[in-house]
Amino acid sequence: MDAILLQILNGLDKGSAYALIALGLTLIFGTLGVVNFAHGALFMIGAFCAVTLQRILNLSFELVDETQKDFLGNPLKVKTPYVEAWFGPDIGGSIIDWAVPLAILFAIPIMIGVGYVMERGLIKHFYKRPHADQILVTFGLAIVLQEVVKYFYGANPIQTPAPDALNGVVNLGAAIGMDIVYPVWRVVYFFFAVLIIGGIFSFLQFTTFGMVVRAGMADRETVGLLGINIDRRFTIMFGIAAAVAGLAGVMYTPINSPNYHMGMDFLVLSFVVVVVGGMGSLPGAVLAGFLLGVLESFASMNEVKSLLPGIDQIIIYVVAIIILLTRPRGLMGRKGVMEE
Amino acid sequence: MSNFNASRRRVLKTGAIAGAGVALPTIFTASSAAAFTNEPTGSSVTLGFNVPQTGPYADEGADELRAYELAVEHLNGGGDGGMMNTFSSKALQGNGILGKKVEYVTGDTQTKSDAARASAKSMIEKDGAVMITGGSSSGVAIAVQGLCQEAGVIFMAGLTHSNDTTGKDKKANGFRHFFNGYMSGAALAPVLKNLYGTDRVAYHLTADYTWGWTQEESIAAATEALGWQTVNKVRTPLAATDFSSYIAPVLNSGADVLVLNHYGGNMVNSLTNAVQFGLREKVVNGKNFEIVVPLYSRLMAKGAGENVKGIHGSTNWHWTLQDEGSMAFVKSFGTKYGFPPSQAAHTCYVQTLLYADAVERAGSFNPCAVAEALEGFEFDGMGNGPTLYRAEDHQCFKDVLVVRGKENPTSEFDLLEVVEVTPRAQVEYAPDHPMFAGGNLGSCNPGA
Repeated sequence: MDAILLQILNGLDKGSAYALIALGLTLIFGTLGVVNFAHGALFMIGAFCAVTLQRILNLSFELVDETQKDFLGNPLKVKTPYVEAWFGPDIGGSIIDWAVPLAILFAIPIMIGVGYVMERGLIKHFYKRPHADQILVTFGLAIVLQEVVKYFYGANPIQTPAPDALNGVVNLGAAIGMDIVYPVWRVVYFFFAVLIIGGIFSFLQFTTFGMVVRAGMADRETVGLLGINIDRRFTIMFGIAAAVAGLAGVMYTPINSPNYHMGMDFLVLSFVVVVVGGMGSLPGAVLAGFLLGVLESFASMNEVKSLLPGIDQIIIYVVAIIILLTRPRGLMGRKGVMEE
Repeated sequence: MSNFNASRRRVLKTGAIAGAGVALPTIFTASSAAAFTNEPTGSSVTLGFNVPQTGPYADEGADELRAYELAVEHLNGGGDGGMMNTFSSKALQGNGILGKKVEYVTGDTQTKSDAARASAKSMIEKDGAVMITGGSSSGVAIAVQGLCQEAGVIFMAGLTHSNDTTGKDKKANGFRHFFNGYMSGAALAPVLKNLYGTDRVAYHLTADYTWGWTQEESIAAATEALGWQTVNKVRTPLAATDFSSYIAPVLNSGADVLVLNHYGGNMVNSLTNAVQFGLREKVVNGKNFEIVVPLYSRLMAKGAGENVKGIHGSTNWHWTLQDEGSMAFVKSFGTKYGFPPSQAAHTCYVQTLLYADAVERAGSFNPCAVAEALEGFEFDGMGNGPTLYRAEDHQCFKDVLVVRGKENPTSEFDLLEVVEVTPRAQVEYAPDHPMFAGGNLGSCNPGA
């Protein structure tokens, strides 16, 4: 029983990342009609915002310590971060320790800016082009972005730890007399994802801006005829979708050390999530994200693998095939979306 | 106007012969004027450095390339000579190889077998490389080794740890300096016995490809010989990034040791996940839960950060070694590049010098003469103590290091500490050992 609950938690955790990325993908597809294969790269750029802030906070000056030697036998240059010199070792050390949560503030404007430039500079020229063209250009953009990141940060994973206070484990089953030990940061990630998803739905549901965007998603021409500049709002939505992917990346860095390829690792899975959820359906993307995350976790259980060897590698695609055969529009897909 | 009576059968026959002729790679149909493939005729000789310049091991590839450039510099008489000064063989004079200036071309393996073969083929066919070396993956090494055998050039493997490279996939034209999975098991087992005792239950997570399989087999055999039980061996997809769903079952498996047969990004992520789940704080069967990473790399350990602290593994070489050869290499490399070399850089540097030395001793670039010079060659001064290039399988036998993640590193390079230098005799095995069975070295192919 403990093992099953643990895998459900793992699945919800994985599903959080899938859902956040798929939510952004669906926002872009639903508003602009663009199939954005560069969306995984936005997740990766978000993660590297955390790496960058960590490096900024660790910027140091060097003092030569004659009593210590470096690997070549020369006097050792001891590095002291400016932050620690300015605020003292305790406060300065705490600021560095909390680099990842602080990176949320750092990443939001950067990601909105990246999204805005991406949409205005490249993707808007492909609105009227076939989906195949959009896929090719955005996939090419994703490769360019990851190579740029690799040029500056290298190919190896970069350790970006959670704050010490959130680094341990918590027994989630203590209240019911069970032993369900789970990493604190993964619990934080899940609730963070729920918060972001809730925020996006509330924004679209309860604000005038959101109402116009939803109207534009339903009937772009009519909204345009009412004199509303729907293109500008959709551009802003692209920026918001980029920020959602970026924040998912920022918070993911303590779970797995970021590397330049992490966006591609999530991209295909996220597209499957979008298709299973139903193209253009925001609730569908979230539902499918969590569903596929949980199924993927269960498929990794030894009991399941012993019955169906290799199932962990194909489960998501098997589920996608079954759902698309039985519900061709996905779990919550709307009629008319990508059907013309 | 002449009549041409072409029957359908004749056209097909002619087309098939012409097509086969065009399709046959030129490396297999080289001019018979040369005694062997890419025989150097001018004042220079070209070596082919085939390393991952893109892809997940690009940083390791960059370090390999630095080592190759340093080796070329030393062979041509530049720099301080590095390990040429400590190498027991004194055939190298710093005037190139057989008086020919050493030049090089590079290829990008991308850590993909097909891309690695394509770049090696291009260096042999277009650039006239007489020797191919490099790589950071066993899959790539085995693929390129096979190509070099067919093409008639020597392959000096880079970082490849699978038993298969000099086991069932060994080739007469291929030589490996790096250690292997069996040696990791043989070196680690006594240390693990001293640290954790003989009554342990191990759980393996293994990367699902040739290297992972052979390492899992080797480590399981070595630890079971101590009296350990192996409760489960779980294969994980090479593309996996989040290992949480593979780690969770470990918690309730009854295991008190987790063996991570992972390398590169897989190792960084699986180790990080295992530590996140509190495995290191767990007490199972009345014992502290332990994690073992049988193959360590300093470059990869950096990615796992603090999670490597206190975790044991093995490595081919480490820059803190205090023998003359290692110190000379670290000084050369560190002075030129500003940081210490990785184990991948070390093995690539050594392989280049060993090839050049073999050519000098053989007096010829002919791959068969070079192979003969390398087979059974005993040497010292290259950082791992007295070393043998065994004739039967072209595997180097030398001391192996058992290392541990350092608790209090003094610099960003100071991540591992050497716990034990396992003597060569302890990691040796018979050429027909079952873990290496099934292959055939064959005979040397000079090409041409």
